[in-house]
Amino acid sequence: MSEQRVDESEVEHVADLARVDLAEDDVTRFVDQFAEILEAFDSLDEVPAVDREADLTNVMRPDEERASLSQDEALANAPEHEEGQFKGPNVS
Amino acid sequence: MAADAFITETEVRGAEDGPLTDATIAVKDNISTEGIPTTCGSAMLAEYVPPYDATVVERVLDAGATIVGKTNMDEFGMGTTTETSAFGPTDNPAAPGHVPGGSSGGSAAAVADGDADLALGSDTGGSVRCPAAFCGVVGIKPTYGLVSRYGLVAYANSLEQIGPIAPTVEEAAELLDVIAGPDDRDATTRKAGADSSYADAADGDVDGLEIAIPTQLLDGAHEGVVGTFRDAVEELEDAGATTTEVSLPSLEHAVAAYYVIAMSEASSNLARFDGVRYGHSGGFDGNWNETFATARREGFGDEVVRRILLGTYALSAGYHDKYYKQAQDARAWVKQDFDEVFETADVIASPTMPVPPFELGESLDDPMTMYLADANTTPVNLADLPAISVPAGETDGLPVGLQLVGPAFGEETIVRAGSVLA
Repeated sequence: MSEQRVDESEVEHVADLARVDLAEDDVTRFVDQFAEILEAFDSLDEVPAVDREADLTNVMRPDEERASLSQDEALANAPEHEEGQFKGPNVS
Repeated sequence: MAADAFITETEVRGAEDGPLTDATIAVKDNISTEGIPTTCGSAMLAEYVPPYDATVVERVLDAGATIVGKTNMDEFGMGTTTETSAFGPTDNPAAPGHVPGGSSGGSAAAVADGDADLALGSDTGGSVRCPAAFCGVVGIKPTYGLVSRYGLVAYANSLEQIGPIAPTVEEAAELLDVIAGPDDRDATTRKAGADSSYADAADGDVDGLEIAIPTQLLDGAHEGVVGTFRDAVEELEDAGATTTEVSLPSLEHAVAAYYVIAMSEASSNLARFDGVRYGHSGGFDGNWNETFATARREGFGDEVVRRILLGTYALSAGYHDKYYKQAQDARAWVKQDFDEVFETADVIASPTMPVPPFELGESLDDPMTMYLADANTTPVNLADLPAISVPAGETDGLPVGLQLVGPAFGEETIVRAGSVLA
């Protein structure tokens, strides 16, 4: 087993940032697995700085009105909706 | 009929007259089909029914194909075995008891078993080529920007392309001809491919073709796989190609760079799944942060959660430079290494997968083993290049694929070279 790279509180912090509600045994398991994976990522320290100026062109189209989904179609997959709007939990 | 290749079976008939009339096609379940569930292999989207077709779906229907089903896949494309699907595993028709590869495992299995003549998969780090190799069929990962991603549920946008899977190189190229070309709904598509005739390139004429073989993609590969690969390379030499071994030191960092970039993009892309506009709901009681967190833990499987968390970590304050920035440097280095090889070589060959198909269940609890299996396929996505996997033969009765990588928009070259073998 690799050395612990992140501890329980860091995994919980990241899960909080990512809005994923982890169970306690999830946290323990991820601490071990992340150690191994992050250790593999350390090989990137050996990568030399490379010139990476990409050749970019603007592909934005003019902002013109186009047909899009109807309100009914857009709402069809919502678990709940009300008066033509998505229904979500309280934002507070 | 391998029922476990499909999540949803259906029958959608295309136009009466077109290049794919009479052909049946299976579509990976992360490609949107109007009115037909598109689950991404996830409980999160078990009930999701897209209100529109992906561009590639419109194109295969216009070309006359009949869609016969939506195929099983690793959840959101995250896996190399199709076992992370919330709908259970898919057996490998070419090697029963083994995984079909992933993440487009259902698509390759459907073709290998004859349930569909053709299939569409998506390839973010090898997800078309790996299952093609493991199931003994042909798969093409097109150059980034050749095929529209409109309607493909995003996992890592900067890396992925939709690609064809078929029994032969010519048939795969015919399907690529149908789906390739610019689309004003995907700003990353190019003019290339608009009037392509890749199928005509499947003539087996490799006289004078220069093939480079990177030693880094053979080192550490399974002995039987390397043996089968070398036999297939000899067939290419017998047909008039010449081979040189080359060293591409950047490739040793490709898997790490790929996973940092893919996980980072995934953490951002999958933020949209909060159970409000679509997907599994976390309910409506209490604070919205808690409700979203409940929806996401209930809706996502372990591998998806793992990648979202690691991606969030790699992008978080204090770690961005160490992981994400260095991974982008590695990506540029890989591109540069490939470009240098293509100054003298026409194609780059390697085994598609460094290992034969895993037994079902063998790798599920060991993420690192699974990630390392992507060593030969991920460099291609980092460099935005086209690649094809063709059957090379077998080792101990298990299929082995040969990968041919071409220069950007060099699909004709890899089709021509691949057609020697299948």
